[in-house]
Amino acid sequence: MRITQGAFSFLPDFTDEEIEAQVRYALGNGWSISVEYTDDPHPRNSYWEMWNLPLFDLTPDESHLAMREVAACRERFPDHYIKVIAYNANYGRQTTALSFIVNRPREEPGFRLERADRRDRTIDYRLHAYATDAPAGQRYHARKNRAGG
Amino acid sequence: MAATNGDGTKPKKDRWSAGVSPYTEMGYYDADYEPKDSDILAAFRITPQPGVDRLEAAAAVAGESSTATWTVVWTDRLTDHRHYQAKAYSVEPVPGAEDQYIARIAYDLDLFEEGSIANMTSSIIGNVFGFKALRALRLEDLRIPPHYVKTFQGPPHGIVMEREYLDKFGRPLLGATVKPKLGLSAKNYGRVVFEALRGGLDFTKDDENINSQPFMRWRDRYLYSMEGVNRASAETGEIKGHYLNVTAATMEEMYERAEFAKELGSVIVMIDLTIGFTAMQSMSNWARKNGVILHLHRAGHSTYTRQKSHGVSFRVLAKWCRLLGVDHVHAGTVVGKLEGDPQNTKGYYDTLRENFIPENPEHGIYFDQEWASMPGVMPVASGGIHAGQMHQLLGYLGEDVVLQFGGGTIGHPMGIGAGATANRVAVEAMIQARNEGRDYFQEGPDILARAAKGCPELDAALEVWKDITFDFESTDTPDVAFTPTVG
Repeated sequence: MRITQGAFSFLPDFTDEEIEAQVRYALGNGWSISVEYTDDPHPRNSYWEMWNLPLFDLTPDESHLAMREVAACRERFPDHYIKVIAYNANYGRQTTALSFIVNRPREEPGFRLERADRRDRTIDYRLHAYATDAPAGQRYHARKNRAGG
Repeated sequence: MAATNGDGTKPKKDRWSAGVSPYTEMGYYDADYEPKDSDILAAFRITPQPGVDRLEAAAAVAGESSTATWTVVWTDRLTDHRHYQAKAYSVEPVPGAEDQYIARIAYDLDLFEEGSIANMTSSIIGNVFGFKALRALRLEDLRIPPHYVKTFQGPPHGIVMEREYLDKFGRPLLGATVKPKLGLSAKNYGRVVFEALRGGLDFTKDDENINSQPFMRWRDRYLYSMEGVNRASAETGEIKGHYLNVTAATMEEMYERAEFAKELGSVIVMIDLTIGFTAMQSMSNWARKNGVILHLHRAGHSTYTRQKSHGVSFRVLAKWCRLLGVDHVHAGTVVGKLEGDPQNTKGYYDTLRENFIPENPEHGIYFDQEWASMPGVMPVASGGIHAGQMHQLLGYLGEDVVLQFGGGTIGHPMGIGAGATANRVAVEAMIQARNEGRDYFQEGPDILARAAKGCPELDAALEVWKDITFDFESTDTPDVAFTPTVG
């Protein structure tokens, strides 16, 4: 399966040039950029691991600095989900403005839907990510001899 | 503050003599009145009966929507009556419409109970719309001062909280109303929910008139719909939702349905405008207390919002809905099958989403409106829209909107899931292009055609609906013409 969280998951995976174009758009709006990664893709996992602190003061000409962080995070966690987040700190928003996945595990086993019968035909639903059966850090097969970042 | 006839002539009889006096002579027209910051201001479009003076007509509206009755009553003298009288302070002719005037009327805040749309509407649109001296009357806009705004809590969640709750940012949300709207059994109904959500939509929706009919009772619909929602969530890893319509005949019944929806884990429930302002506000409180997003379908609104000369403008209804507190409300599509002039629709969307909306005649906005940080309402565009219009939808409606493709999903030649995928690919491709700086409004068809090369579902959608437009003249347009600037 393919997890379709984020703004662009229904499009083919973005090239680095395409990612950088989105970063430039965000910086042009005065938004900060941050990078987050996880091996627990449950849709209610609100807190992916932060890859360093958000980049608050980049200008649109400095999009390459954000891309450097993306590359470093990929290098360190090639089999994790990684997303780029643009954050709008302006009054009235003060929330994420754009968020999209820029790295995925090679294989995405997805989720099991668990159903517990309750009374009166109601069902208690639970979403269980197959990958999280293993401890954190050992969830997706670590890529061996991976070329490039 | 001496009452005059408006043209400066003296009153014909003493203010307090028993009998009938013109409203202008009783203080309901005052050209010199300077509205206070705390006043509620109304702009009415008035069409007086032939022979009725425009100032007297405006004063009559002010009188009947505040303290007046048809004859002088001495008991007014037991009050500081001038404080409670509404005052028409400006009556201007409408350009191009000889028999129409815009009357601006100021109401003191004391006329209204705190936090009650029912009370506010009973005053401002209560008796006056049937007034014989007027041929027609329309409430065009209201300025709600922060003093009154702050007596309401507004949307239970609002746009920002909803996006964080759903973990969906940077693009319009996508939905579909299950069709056919009446007749499906519960199991078949849940199939449509599942396929549409799995295919890429964020939400599916009950239609306004699907409540609890013999062919499908509400409880069965809720059970099968939630099976569809949870299956789709497991297959995509995304939060999904189905607007379970809890509209019912009584509050007790609505609460029961809403509680059951919550118990099943639904992120959202829905109500119809037909339940009334008080019921809507009660459901808003319920939604806030229980952490469930509240969707409002504006069923019935066109009976009074559509005609330009009589009724209540949707921009006023939008303000009432934001105050009493809904998270979603249908607000027009511009390009779809239902009424919606582009400039007026821009005014509605701004009214729902922005914190400050400046007076702008081109958008039909008569007053500055300050929302004092009240969260925004997510507008919903629904009715006759399809993937091939994505550039126009994004251009007219922006990013904080739910685009609902009912027929445009379920009527797809390759199936419901394919229809959903076509819509999702189209919106993502358009957002990508916009963010890359492309002139997506002009280049929209090219952007979609390119995205369709890698997506047979979108390709088929563009082919089947390529010539579908709904190009009719709007019945409700701003008085001030919008002139697009070149370049």
